[in-house]
Amino acid sequence: MDNIAIELRGIDKSFGPVHANKNINLKVRKGTIHGIIGENGAGKSTLMSILYGFYQADSGEIIVDGQPVSIRDPNAAISAGIGMVHQHFMLVENFTVLENVMLGAEDSQILNKGIAKARQELKRLEKEYALEVNPDALIEELPVGLQQRVEILKALYRKADILILDEPTGVLTPAEADHLFRILEQLKAQGKTIILITHKLREIMAITDEVSVMRRGEMVATRTTGETSVEELAELMVGRRVLLRVQKGEGTPGDVKLSVQGLTVKDSRGVTMVDDVSFDVRAGEIVGIAGVAGNGQSELLEAIAGIRKATSGTVLLNGESVDVTGHRDPAALRARGLAHVPEDRHHVGLVLKFEESENAILGYHNDPRYLNGVFLDIDAIRKDAEEKIAKYDIRPPNARLKTANFSGGNQQKIVLAREMERGPDVLIIGQPTRGVDVGAIEFIHKRIIEMRDQGKAVLLVSVELDEIRALSDRILVMFAGRVVGERSPDATEGELGLLMAGVEGRKEAAE
Amino acid sequence: MDFFHVLVVLLESTIRVSVPLVFAALAGLFTERAGVFDIGLEGKMLGAAFAAGAAAAVTQSVWIGLIAAILISVLLSLVHGYASITQRGNQIVSGVAINFIVAGSTVILGEAWFRQGGRTPALAEGARFQIVNFPGADAIREVPILGPIYADLLSGHFLLTYLAFAMVPISWWILYRTRFGLRLRAVGENPGAVDTAGISVIWLRYRAVICCGILCGFAGAYLSLAMTAGFVKGMTAGKGYIALAALIFAKWRPKNVMLACLLFGFLDALAIRLQGTPLPLVGQVPVQLMQALPYILTVILLAGFIGKAIPPKAGGVPYVKER
Repeated sequence: MDNIAIELRGIDKSFGPVHANKNINLKVRKGTIHGIIGENGAGKSTLMSILYGFYQADSGEIIVDGQPVSIRDPNAAISAGIGMVHQHFMLVENFTVLENVMLGAEDSQILNKGIAKARQELKRLEKEYALEVNPDALIEELPVGLQQRVEILKALYRKADILILDEPTGVLTPAEADHLFRILEQLKAQGKTIILITHKLREIMAITDEVSVMRRGEMVATRTTGETSVEELAELMVGRRVLLRVQKGEGTPGDVKLSVQGLTVKDSRGVTMVDDVSFDVRAGEIVGIAGVAGNGQSELLEAIAGIRKATSGTVLLNGESVDVTGHRDPAALRARGLAHVPEDRHHVGLVLKFEESENAILGYHNDPRYLNGVFLDIDAIRKDAEEKIAKYDIRPPNARLKTANFSGGNQQKIVLAREMERGPDVLIIGQPTRGVDVGAIEFIHKRIIEMRDQGKAVLLVSVELDEIRALSDRILVMFAGRVVGERSPDATEGELGLLMAGVEGRKEAAE
Repeated sequence: MDFFHVLVVLLESTIRVSVPLVFAALAGLFTERAGVFDIGLEGKMLGAAFAAGAAAAVTQSVWIGLIAAILISVLLSLVHGYASITQRGNQIVSGVAINFIVAGSTVILGEAWFRQGGRTPALAEGARFQIVNFPGADAIREVPILGPIYADLLSGHFLLTYLAFAMVPISWWILYRTRFGLRLRAVGENPGAVDTAGISVIWLRYRAVICCGILCGFAGAYLSLAMTAGFVKGMTAGKGYIALAALIFAKWRPKNVMLACLLFGFLDALAIRLQGTPLPLVGQVPVQLMQALPYILTVILLAGFIGKAIPPKAGGVPYVKER
């Protein structure tokens, strides 16, 4: 019994009608890495927020080191030895590392003494756990990997023995993620207990000792990682068998449908985001653009879609040139056969306050099919929406529901249905499965491959390397705004990872 | 010598008109750095000026007047705090509402209590602040250059004037050298970081709002107990908005706040000085143009000369725990 670091008994939590956690029981052994996996909305984050004192459970008990504790606020969690690394970093960006680490644990009213102590303590932690970071650097100037390290240091500075990490690898490069895992191994070796929340099966398999699976608010199973498989975990998560990697046959590339030559894009500050990028996408092929977020993929996609001005370069759509540097007209591009699934569906792809049927025609609302003279033909629009709902299995199947009330995966399907059902020649897709559940991912991937098999040219941008490898016929890797290499989908993850980190690419460019 | 004399007079009145701006802008600094935007500086200052004038007139005590000013101003701050922190309302709407309520109610109450058309009775000497003269000020006034600087610029102001300028380094020290200041600046940038560190976001923001109330109280008391002898309706005359402009202009930093307030004060003093005096070449300048100068200057300078003023990141956004 005494080797249990933390135990949850019968934790129950509802938000109004939503039953987020149902009678959760969990035991985490001391000095292990315990994974918690589940789809979005399965209740993982709620459970961890209860553990960290953000929310109160409606009922149930938390036992830390054999002692029942009441965690009413983050303070109580901190004093119980629980630290948390949030998915979105809880850092003050214009503060230094030191100030961030100190915040809330300053010791005295006047800062001077506390600063000296914190500096010393930080040095000690740096040595003990090999977590190097300059204490006087501003957070906003650090790469995300280091920012995350500051979050870990914050927890350790508060003497946390149990460390909860919420989706820690979402923002990291593969290399940074590997580094994080080494840090976690190191922490484990020093006797810390780590709870890792993720929806990435691969991470669970790579690093955890035990794994618990959540589904729809319930804890459905706990397994020893060594005795389970990716397939079993996926099935437990979704509640049915899922194909983790969709089947796809050989592509039959045809004519060039989209041709990008020497495209350069600068952002509002004049920084070059896309630097002289050239490539072709043919009918019947999927070209994937891999890269760590922020290396120019977003800007590239937006420039092609006509929603961002390029500084120079040419784009040919179906062999005809598109004005990318001057007047931009996304509607005209749509009419010429380009469909765009934007990366950020909340800000660009959808109007969340509109009902589903309205979003289903957004951007195509001048189509005579939806018009009755100068007025919208509401009946026709709803009927059209209902057809798409049926075809794309959008749930709940209600065309009049506000879009904000759909889950991430279903919102994404609304956008996909709108863009794909137009039968475009060229489909450009950004982050098709960001914030989307395993089950919906399978569906979306199948649809994308179907589009290819129908002879569409597909340009795919994703920060999920697995996704790029599973779908693409050719992979281009972007780093610092440039295409630093082209690989076949058979390229190893390590090889692509090095390109994404800009290591291999520089050599290649030099040669 | 004549030019020098004019300059000293101009600078002296610059200091005099800058004081309420400095208090109010520092008041805004505290709340805005904590992430609560406050367009209600004007109303708080006006309410405080009225409370000071009324209380001093009734009790004949300048100190009770000052305390009344601070109490009313803090009370109004708490109303703003309740609306924007606890109830997560729109901070601009709440601030504007306070300005309107105060503008109207000071006149109504003033008329009901004193029957002087919304004024408070003129204050006798003991019921208002007196000028502090430094030792030997009169003796060395005749010394060229240094004399007038010592006697007219440094000496000869109200206690609150010295307090206002002392508040600049004090505010800096509080914001940058104390635990409270660190947390206050943090909560204006990322309240989530403060919350996860186990600190109450709500209580911290309330404390910032109370600091704002106290400083606005000083600003109001200065207007009715020092600058003039009693409250006159609408006597703040947009000073709260100028203070806000100074705050933005100063990019939310204490020292810059003081410099911006002095600049705006100087323009104000110049406007008063130039009233009715034709300028060479341009002739008579309408006084309204001079009064509009601080605002025009803010727009021009913000538009291109001082770079982007980046407000506290979480400013204006009520804190809601993520669901």
